[in-house]
Amino acid sequence: MTTDTENLQQMAEEEYKYGFYTDIESETIPAGLNEDVIRLISTKKKEPEEMLEWRLKAYRQWLKMEEPDWAFIHYPKIDYQEIAYYSAPKSKKDGPKRLDEVDPELLETYKKLGIPLEEQEILAGVAVDAVFDSVSVATTFRERLSDEGIIFCSMSEALQEHGDLVIKYLGSVVPYTDNFFAALNSAVFSDGSFCYIPKGVRCPMELSTYFRINAAKTGQFERTLIVADEGSYVSYLEGCTAPMRDENQLHAAVVELVAHKDAAIKYSTIQNWYPGDEEGKGGIYNFVTKRGKCLGDNSRISWSQVETGSAITWKYPSCLLIGDNSIGEFYSVALTKMRQQADTGTKMIHIGKNTRSNIVSKGISAGRGQNTYRGLVKISGKAENARNYTQCDSMLIGDQCGAHTFPYIEVGNSTAKMEHEASTSKIGEDQIFYCQQRGLSAEDAVSMIVNGFCKEVFKELPMEFAVEAQKLLAVNLEGSVG
Amino acid sequence: MLEIRNLHVNAKGKEILKGIDLTVRAGEVHSIMGPNGSGKSTLAQVLAGKPDYEITQGSVTFLGQDLLELDPEVRAREGLFLAFQYPIEIPGVSNSYFLRAALNAVRKHRGEKEVDALEFLKLVRAKAKLLKMDESLINRPVNEGFSGGEKKRNEIFHMALLEPTLGVLDETDSGLDIDALKIVAEGVNSLRSPERAFIVVTHYQRLLDYIVPDFVHVLHQGRIVKSGDKSLALELEKSGYSWVEDEASVRI
Repeated sequence: MTTDTENLQQMAEEEYKYGFYTDIESETIPAGLNEDVIRLISTKKKEPEEMLEWRLKAYRQWLKMEEPDWAFIHYPKIDYQEIAYYSAPKSKKDGPKRLDEVDPELLETYKKLGIPLEEQEILAGVAVDAVFDSVSVATTFRERLSDEGIIFCSMSEALQEHGDLVIKYLGSVVPYTDNFFAALNSAVFSDGSFCYIPKGVRCPMELSTYFRINAAKTGQFERTLIVADEGSYVSYLEGCTAPMRDENQLHAAVVELVAHKDAAIKYSTIQNWYPGDEEGKGGIYNFVTKRGKCLGDNSRISWSQVETGSAITWKYPSCLLIGDNSIGEFYSVALTKMRQQADTGTKMIHIGKNTRSNIVSKGISAGRGQNTYRGLVKISGKAENARNYTQCDSMLIGDQCGAHTFPYIEVGNSTAKMEHEASTSKIGEDQIFYCQQRGLSAEDAVSMIVNGFCKEVFKELPMEFAVEAQKLLAVNLEGSVG
Repeated sequence: MLEIRNLHVNAKGKEILKGIDLTVRAGEVHSIMGPNGSGKSTLAQVLAGKPDYEITQGSVTFLGQDLLELDPEVRAREGLFLAFQYPIEIPGVSNSYFLRAALNAVRKHRGEKEVDALEFLKLVRAKAKLLKMDESLINRPVNEGFSGGEKKRNEIFHMALLEPTLGVLDETDSGLDIDALKIVAEGVNSLRSPERAFIVVTHYQRLLDYIVPDFVHVLHQGRIVKSGDKSLALELEKSGYSWVEDEASVRI
């Protein structure tokens, strides 16, 4: 019994395997935040005047707001004046236009991460809008997409080239007044991705962005906006790993999705930011606001996430189900080990008639990890025949971790049908012994049992992502259970 | 093949096995019988390496190695198989995926080539037919939602696939109806060979009508109090365990 517990402990303390960082000259604005810094960011990005106004309004709003403290997470107070709010890889001319113009060291980093940027990987059918630090340095497949009328580019480019379209939707799902971190992001966001799928177009490939934090003390403030016009479909993949760091790094991204009539958006995330060391030192603070608006009738938004990294994860990908018959989905796997803390879940706000939502959350806690599911299902008065199904399962590995569930249900219409199922299980020593008796090592047993536990979520991920997610869980659990 | 010498085992501070001696040679089938709480299942689990027990005295040699020194998975890979009394469920992991991983772990240990999906499928089909297993059970998660009988049959299916050197069956007959019992027994009998041995732990004689043992041992209060051939099992069936207990208490 003790050996197994030790194994478990050891596995839970396994160090981050992607701990490296690339030395690239960064162009960084000195630490601190004030209106001048925001003006500078806006100028550097050659944004339309309107954007600067919007950023400043967001900043003034942020000054009036308080950092939220309701989540089940604990961390030292963040000094927002110690953070540098802009960092861009230095471009030798005006920025690379082709891959061979990209800094070779940067490409090397991508290679280490296994990011498919090169020719043969292009054949894999993934278009990558790579975000390294805060500026997009390479975009592939743009032409193929533009043949279909699809816009897929960095947010900076989008603001310059499709300003009206971006400004029309930016902040329409997550207004800068929404919350403290969304306001901060609106004021200082440096870059991100923009995607527009025109009417009736089914995006011919899965779109992918890789985020990576690099420069020291630089907050990462990404902004992503995806608009799916009537009858269109897009599947978007977001995956990230981050280099090892001593200092805590703040990451406050905002993702907004808009689905018009009959449109569908599938947004999948693998999050593997640096989780900090065994004692919880270092590691990314990940405060993310993700929300989708099912604006039109019969629209559908599906969030899938595999969260294995970050010291702190604070994230609730949500759906506003406005159109009649619209569908919102949330599938989540969150793994916390060592001293990681995750407070994650979703909000499903039913407004239209016959709206449906489906929530499947799988939390795994190992080491001294704390894992919280927090979810709100709200049925408004006008939402006739709304349906929700929620399932949240927690798995505990070892005896020093925690799992918590906070479901909030508000029903304003008596025709609603709500289902909620929850379970908490401890990974059984019996299960591990059973696997061992068949010849499997304790480590393989744990990985197999955990992957089995997450299966319902993995099957919602795009194929190659699902494979990656399984590997990621196995790597993260190495050395961990009993 | 297996030599148990003066084995004493504690569980939660209480002595359960109080000096077991047992020799099992290749090709033999030994049956361990005894009343509830006599230590039958403990013996089976200790052989497989379940971590909840403390071995206070004695030794177990398996194929010339000190069995008690080996991790449970190494024992399994060396050819020791335990058919569980209460098979464990592993939600979300398909029986076939699980078994292929297990089989390949065993093969790797023996320095053999891993089996690919196609070969494995052929193997699985053949063994499933042998045990009249519904093919749907093969792709369902390990033991999840299986009936009691299906679970037991699945254990023998695992054994048939992994082809161990020593099979330990821990009350495999409990919860089986007569038809399932016959199928399970046929499965075990088909595996009987001069190189392979079995220890069949059972409470009732019934199973031994179908898996005929070479030796029967009666376990009582952590000791083997009587050994004999299959006629001993029939005697037990007729007179119950009380006469063995009486005899044992007289001797003590």
